[in-house]
Amino acid sequence: MRDIKGVTPKLETRALDLFYGHFHALKQVSVSIRPRAITAIIGPSGCGKSTLLRVFNRMNDTIPGVRLSGEVLLDGQSIYSRNTDIQRLRKKVGMVFQRPNPFPLSVFENVAYGPKIHRLANSGDLHEQVEASLKQTGLWDDLKGRLNASALSLSPEQQQRLCISRLLAVEPEVLLMDEPCSALDPIATAQIEELLMQLKTQYTIAIVTHNMQQAARISDETAYMLLGELVEVGQTNAVFTRPRDPRTEQYISGRFG
Amino acid sequence: MRSGRLLSPEKTIEGKLLQKFRGSERLTDRLAAVLIKGCAFVAIVALVLIFVFIGKEALPIFTSPEVRTEADLGKLLLPQPERGFVWQPVSERPAYSILPLLAGTLKATIIAVVFAVPLAVAAALFTSEFATPWAREVIKPAIEILAGIPSVVVGFFCLMVLAGWLQSAFGWTYRLNATTAGIGLSLAVIPIVYTVSEDAFSSVPQRFRDGSVAMGASRWQTAWRVVLPGASPGVLAACVLGFGRAIGETMIVLMASGNAAVLSWSASDSIRTFSATIAAELGEVVMGSPHYHVLFFIGAFLFVLTFFINLTGQWWVGRLQKKLRGGS
Repeated sequence: MRDIKGVTPKLETRALDLFYGHFHALKQVSVSIRPRAITAIIGPSGCGKSTLLRVFNRMNDTIPGVRLSGEVLLDGQSIYSRNTDIQRLRKKVGMVFQRPNPFPLSVFENVAYGPKIHRLANSGDLHEQVEASLKQTGLWDDLKGRLNASALSLSPEQQQRLCISRLLAVEPEVLLMDEPCSALDPIATAQIEELLMQLKTQYTIAIVTHNMQQAARISDETAYMLLGELVEVGQTNAVFTRPRDPRTEQYISGRFG
Repeated sequence: MRSGRLLSPEKTIEGKLLQKFRGSERLTDRLAAVLIKGCAFVAIVALVLIFVFIGKEALPIFTSPEVRTEADLGKLLLPQPERGFVWQPVSERPAYSILPLLAGTLKATIIAVVFAVPLAVAAALFTSEFATPWAREVIKPAIEILAGIPSVVVGFFCLMVLAGWLQSAFGWTYRLNATTAGIGLSLAVIPIVYTVSEDAFSSVPQRFRDGSVAMGASRWQTAWRVVLPGASPGVLAACVLGFGRAIGETMIVLMASGNAAVLSWSASDSIRTFSATIAAELGEVVMGSPHYHVLFFIGAFLFVLTFFINLTGQWWVGRLQKKLRGGS
């Protein structure tokens, strides 16, 4: 575990172990995620980076046979204690997936979904909230005339932006992104990256990515994982230019992965 | 390097063998294609011929003067002097008003659909979204077996058991009535609506559910607000199929409806449906009589009715799918 210049971490794991049945997927992982910054989690396929991300909003709970030990803290509070309200946790810690997954509803209903299920707005405010969330992701100008169109008719990039808008509408604190650009072309990727840079002024972002250039471009901190272990974590600049662990160096210099 | 003489494949022994083999393969291919096309053709022709035959036998209602004196379209549909709407095909003065039959058919069908659809869709949503894998393995086949029960057995159950229960529960005058028949029919409709909508729910991609749950929605909210709308075309298709089954089903209504051609709004009056009328009367009717042709007219009418219901249903399903997938 690393102390980051006196900043209280937004999210933190301490000696976290996670098993899928007999498979030891995360080994003694201790990591802190700084508030209002982008933390990239990189590593080869199967290293446990998505698993770690899913620990933070307990999405692994839906998989049968998952066991977990150690501590996971959000603002210093354990999120795996017996009295954790999982639905409230997921409202605070939202997730964007690899493949854009807007609901098979209209654009408006997609964004209004969160406020409706969490009863955040009455119907008058709902419209404003949808508008605000779409503006935050830069979709409003393109879609304001097509709010009743099916979300599945949008381009992949618009769909991913819509998924982010949908999250922002529930006023989360943390955005977990599981390779959010892997289904997008380079131009769309650049646009989403730009959006993330804007969003980090208000939200804590953790992003899992295969793409090391992406991590280098957008993240403030980088964590490198290998075979379920956290090998190295630190400021992105430092990790990429002066890695402390030889395994990190091998990975970022492209010798494997 | 070998000489530039290239053997064309037909000239080598292997080539000849291969060609021979290919030839026979092509023959079986062609045979299979002909066979499959033939089967499809026979099925379609049979369907058309059935309609042509029924239509031909129904036609005298419009063309034959003898038949028309007793039963023309006006006598079938409009109120008759002194008698109003009466179905009394076997009497001194036969009356052929099909309105009581239409009312009976619609009452039984609507009661069946109203009863079956919510139950079946809710059961399907439960098995797809909430049941443990173990429970699903039990519930799904169990409901699907219901579809395999011969309708005469369902009818027998309605006649002997269900009718008595319902009568003592609601204090009806007539033991066999529209509601008894409708609930009996729903036993035949439920498995169809259940199976088709369960498939529709199960084929909603998991990533929609993940997206919803990851925002803090409960499983119930996810099922109701994401899975159900996502599966709506399939659920609608299930309802159309169920409606078609209900309107055409014969044995259950024949046994459980009372078979009295009463024109009323009451759900506790006995009814006589189109299908039961044909089944009960066609065996004893004088061939070529007006009554005979009226029964065929009813058959053709039922045929056209279900055809248009299916057509409308499919159009509606298509529209929903388009709306869902986009491309407006």
